[in-house]
Amino acid sequence: MDFDYTDDQKFLKGEARRFLEGHCGVAVVRGVLNDPAKSYDEALWKAVAGQGWLGAAIPEAHGGLGLGHIDLAAIAEELGRALAPIPFASTVYFVAEAILLAGSDAQKAAWLPKIAAGEVIGCFATNERAGALTEAQVQARVEGGKLTGVKIPVTDGDAADLAVVLAKDGARASLFLVDLHDAAVARETLQTLDPTRGVAKLTFTGAPAERLGEAGEGLALAEQVLDRAAVLLAFEQVGAADRALEMAKAYALERYAFGRPIGSYQAIKHKLADIYIKNELARSNAYYGAWALESGAAELPIAAAAARVAACEALWFAAKENVQTHGGMGYTWEVDCHLFYRRAQQLGLVAGGAKAWKERLVAQLERRNVAA
Amino acid sequence: MDFNDTPEEAAYRAEVRAWLEANAPRKAGAAEISHDDEVNMDAARAWQRRKAEAGYACITWPKAWGGGGGKAWQSVIFGQEESKFATPGNPFTIGLGMCVPTILTVGNEADKERFARPAVLGEEIWCQLFSEPSGGSDAAAARTRAIRNGDEWTINGQKVWTSGAHFSDFGLLLTRTDPDVPKHKGMTMFWIDMRAPGVEVRPIHQMSGASNFNEVYFTDLKINDAQRVGEVGEGWKVAMVTLMNERLSVGGGGSGSGHGRVLKLASDIATLAGPAIKDSGLREKIADWFVQAEGLKYTTYRTMTALSRGQTPGPENSIAKVVSASVMQDMANAALELEDEYGIINDPAYAPLAAAFQTSLMAAPGLRIAGGTDEILRNIIAERVLGLPPDIRLDKDVAFKDIPSGR
Repeated sequence: MDFDYTDDQKFLKGEARRFLEGHCGVAVVRGVLNDPAKSYDEALWKAVAGQGWLGAAIPEAHGGLGLGHIDLAAIAEELGRALAPIPFASTVYFVAEAILLAGSDAQKAAWLPKIAAGEVIGCFATNERAGALTEAQVQARVEGGKLTGVKIPVTDGDAADLAVVLAKDGARASLFLVDLHDAAVARETLQTLDPTRGVAKLTFTGAPAERLGEAGEGLALAEQVLDRAAVLLAFEQVGAADRALEMAKAYALERYAFGRPIGSYQAIKHKLADIYIKNELARSNAYYGAWALESGAAELPIAAAAARVAACEALWFAAKENVQTHGGMGYTWEVDCHLFYRRAQQLGLVAGGAKAWKERLVAQLERRNVAA
Repeated sequence: MDFNDTPEEAAYRAEVRAWLEANAPRKAGAAEISHDDEVNMDAARAWQRRKAEAGYACITWPKAWGGGGGKAWQSVIFGQEESKFATPGNPFTIGLGMCVPTILTVGNEADKERFARPAVLGEEIWCQLFSEPSGGSDAAAARTRAIRNGDEWTINGQKVWTSGAHFSDFGLLLTRTDPDVPKHKGMTMFWIDMRAPGVEVRPIHQMSGASNFNEVYFTDLKINDAQRVGEVGEGWKVAMVTLMNERLSVGGGGSGSGHGRVLKLASDIATLAGPAIKDSGLREKIADWFVQAEGLKYTTYRTMTALSRGQTPGPENSIAKVVSASVMQDMANAALELEDEYGIINDPAYAPLAAAFQTSLMAAPGLRIAGGTDEILRNIIAERVLGLPPDIRLDKDVAFKDIPSGR
């Protein structure tokens, strides 16, 4: 039993925190929030690429650092804490993981070094309508190697160079790699709840598409990618939730009402204790997910779903109660509470919402019980 | 991060498991629960002795005191493995987890020599006499009076919520020795013989129907000054040692199978909208309970990791009871809703899963209170973990006798 980061991973995490405190202060986050033309912060993206983080879990043979997924999780925790306004998750947790999982040697060689170097931004384009991702909602089609259809919403679709797209090339769906610079791709940037991250509607009118993984296995592969992304997103959520709790605590100590700090009232103390409880439950589930991801354990679908459900709950609760603890000031544009409130929704929905993940979790538990 | 045992841990686990297989029957299944409120004392004592003789009782205590001379992680592994076996109830936890460690920390040498080994062997059982009618959460409000006359003390007063007082041989008693100074300063700790004249134990009939707790009355109980634990007036500091030992004890067993019982129940029950197992509201709840139970399990593993690395564990394990007690209550209530009108039946012969949910529904309110209420535990997290200010205290610098006491 060794259920914590190693000393090396703690060092990496500490370095990542220091780096992001220097390169990703609130001004950087607000720079993207306040500029509708900005999808992400390019300087931060380049700096993060310079740190090698994009390739943390990509093997050295493909231009990465070859560290592993727990190291990547440690970085993710800090990116979440910093509310980093960059397409890191789409590129690394979704697209790089999809290529690592299902790509041919040629596809890995073609894309992974560029991803690791920060030369290619990726996006994961599965959904077409409101509601949970199912094969039935997939209308996009590939015929003769050409993709036609619409994907909405696509996180980082406005900035991405490369998309992994779920589309049907027969009765069943498959995954495809699509170069988004093709003339047959149109992008429309969408207004979202969290403008610190970019989201687009992508329209394909015969764009060249190369299959990624086995034909007809698209939904199953997408779910495996989602399992991996869910674990890493859970670390971003835990990082953000920790910082929201720190904000709430700091304000509760400095803000006085009725002659004493509001943090001396049990109504506030118990609220903050509840945030702490949910954060720790999420952290513990996320650790288990990271272990399952790195070790390739058969428990990954259950571990990932549990990490996802716990992390969605923790960040949502921390973000909304951080606003509440700040009172009227918390509802202003100037105070940073809303940045966490927005990011809680972005992270809570980007890989599918908690409701869908709870169903996936219980379905897995039923399967496990039958097998046992 | 490695969820698997290290080779050293795996070897110890295998050794422990082999010993358990040879000495106890395995539990029939995860759903097995006991309906016996009364522990079979003879069986419990025999099991404790067998463990002690094999070095598996008080694993972290020095061998000189009857312990195993082992490490904290070994204790956790033994607890995990033992929980898979059908063993008698454990009436020794308060003595071995709180009372005797207090004596081993602040007591005199003669008492250490006298009490450690019989407690480890299960020959002597202890109870903790802190709470009073005047203060459960506020244990420093204790009024039980100890008055000194030479080498003798006379005790008068009443304790309450005393687990296991009815089968205990000794008790650790928190008393008021000076009501003229502020509350925390006028207290003194003693050990007492629970069978001495002047000690009367009256069981409390709980709302569950069981009687696990007692009232304990002291009427002119005479004790010798040699029974004092720590200095006169230092009783609150000694009590803190006791409670610290409680907080340091790490639960090794899992309580995470509850969601499995609900799944089992739901697979065999109908709702108006179809089979209960297909009910999306119920499925969401099952997921929530699972995530909380798993979260607690892995939080314990984080604590165990710190122990394995020879580090002081973080405060994360302080969340355990406040989460598990409420999950138990919510789960029981949801299960009874599923059973619908049938849920009112508390007869194990008829109620599904031998009335497991009815039993836990009636036990849960006690769990949310005993050993620190939900509210006190949240205060502790807020103050000791997060560093928020303590509550405004009206009683801190006032002589104890002048503190308003209400009813």
